[in-house]
Amino acid sequence: MTRNISRRDALKVLGAGSGLLLVHCGPIKPPQGEKEKSDYDWEKHSYAYVVDTTRCIGCCACMRACRAENDVPPGVFRTWVERYEVDEAGEVRVDAATHDDFVFGTTDTKVSKAFFVPKLCNHCKKSVCNQVCPVGAAYRTKDGVVLVDHDRCIGCGYCVQACPYGSRFISPRTHMAEKCTLCYHRITRGEKPACVASCPKGARIFGDLRDPQSEISVILKQQRFRVLKPEMGTQPNCYYLGLDREVV
Amino acid sequence: MDYVFPNELNVTWTVMIVLYPYITGLVAGAFIVSSLYHVFGRHELEPVARFSLVSAFVFLLFAPLPLLMHLGHPERALSIMVTPNFSSAMAGFGFIYNTYLVLVVLEVWFVMRGQFIARAKGTGPIAFACRAILLFNLDESAETRRVDHKIATFLAGLGIPLACLLHGYVGFLFGSLKANPWWSTALMFVIFIFSAIVSGISVLIFHTFVVAWINGWEVEEKCIRALGKYLWGFMIIAVSLELLEILSIAYKQTEEWEVLERLISEKLFISYVVLQFGLFSLVPFVFLAITALVPLGKRLTHALIWLASVMLLMQVLLMRWNVVIGGQLLSKSMRGFTSYFPGLFEREGLVVAAIIFTAPFLILWGFNRVVPLFPHAVSKVRTGMN
Repeated sequence: MTRNISRRDALKVLGAGSGLLLVHCGPIKPPQGEKEKSDYDWEKHSYAYVVDTTRCIGCCACMRACRAENDVPPGVFRTWVERYEVDEAGEVRVDAATHDDFVFGTTDTKVSKAFFVPKLCNHCKKSVCNQVCPVGAAYRTKDGVVLVDHDRCIGCGYCVQACPYGSRFISPRTHMAEKCTLCYHRITRGEKPACVASCPKGARIFGDLRDPQSEISVILKQQRFRVLKPEMGTQPNCYYLGLDREVV
Repeated sequence: MDYVFPNELNVTWTVMIVLYPYITGLVAGAFIVSSLYHVFGRHELEPVARFSLVSAFVFLLFAPLPLLMHLGHPERALSIMVTPNFSSAMAGFGFIYNTYLVLVVLEVWFVMRGQFIARAKGTGPIAFACRAILLFNLDESAETRRVDHKIATFLAGLGIPLACLLHGYVGFLFGSLKANPWWSTALMFVIFIFSAIVSGISVLIFHTFVVAWINGWEVEEKCIRALGKYLWGFMIIAVSLELLEILSIAYKQTEEWEVLERLISEKLFISYVVLQFGLFSLVPFVFLAITALVPLGKRLTHALIWLASVMLLMQVLLMRWNVVIGGQLLSKSMRGFTSYFPGLFEREGLVVAAIIFTAPFLILWGFNRVVPLFPHAVSKVRTGMN
């Protein structure tokens, strides 16, 4: 009569094998984030962004600059400019300069009111994209910028679905979530984001709220402003001047 | 005129993300049918109890495959468990899935131990594999069987809340996204649980008939009639909840309703109104009501129950499509819609989806070759031949 091996012994062998497999796994790396200059201290800054819609002329220099600076693939956008046209009957027509040449198409509508609205990631203080990222690849830096850690992103697209502003996309090149970084590589060197630097009318304003004399600090202290979709509770860090009620 | 944000022109979640909740739904539903026998003592379901449990196990094995096909970086998939972000609903997937997988594997092991022992006593590689599965212990004394049965019942009971958690959690993934008014409803996870049970019972009925026809077996009358009645009951709850959800949104007439009304009446009119609610809810409801309430001949009853199960499988698939794809057609600008139709041969296309969905049936066929899933049906044929 053959003697059965006990379940306990068989499980011991299985357990030892699994243990060896686990030991083989390497240590877990902490988030790497964007590489910043070594002498840069992110605790000394608190960045914010203002869009003055009354100044934007829809030239889309910002979109071209962003694409060139960040090598954004065609068909996806880190920033864009929307055109709103309200006709005499009150009907609203919206489009964006998303063609390759970044120009708006002509329209034969009789317009009673028209304006442009630049859009970008709102770098929310309570960003829902950070909340939903299953692996912690989405994070907010101490100086107030929402970024994606490309050493961690698995490309699930949950953040894309969660963002109420349509600011995120899965890059057809990297297959990871991408978005506006406020040109983090530039601002940590003391430069302005490419879109801000390229705007000929000063419709895009970037600055440090820690500096009470900065243009952005003065604007937010003295002027009336709005944020997009405040009902989402995301506390956007991108503020709009002269925003029409039609804009979402 | 329609306007969608520029990054919304292409939908992010494709037919693979339609397939994922569909498969987990089949898992949860099939498991609950097996538990109706193992825990609640519904003895009329005994002929399919084992089959439903193994179906749940096999579908569960394939549930993550659509997700892996979808991920931009599937090689990092395990990060969801190694470095989870616990504020994310999605981070729970790995833990919930694996807990449930372990439970189902253990239950299959304890429930099927007798069949594996019978197979392990032979010779050849399959018999050796069975011995390995049994941890080389072929003890089948009455005491061992009693303990196995006790543990299997405990696992079946524990599995019910886990099955609800697995699938309710999938509903929560969508329902918790406040940016999308088509998804953001507290009813979403409840709807997902009940539609899962509907799809699970449907796939068991469908598959039981197909297996019986192929093998020339008699279908167990009491069992099929009971499954038909359960299906009728659960489909009434599932469809009522789906209708209540849309009714409550429509009645509140919030700002979003303007655009949701257009989504329903324009973009989803065929798939949602005509097919999901019209054809594939109403007709099976009538068929199942007739089989439950009117005394009909055996052949007609079986035909109606089978047809209802096929139509309800389509209904649940359409429900998943209308939730996952429908929600993405709606722009967050609330001013327009994008469009989507899956490609045929691409990585996230229809052919791959069909392969992923068909594969569990092939595995079940292979499983049945090793250990029989329908021992009662086999004995009936033998009795008939005698």
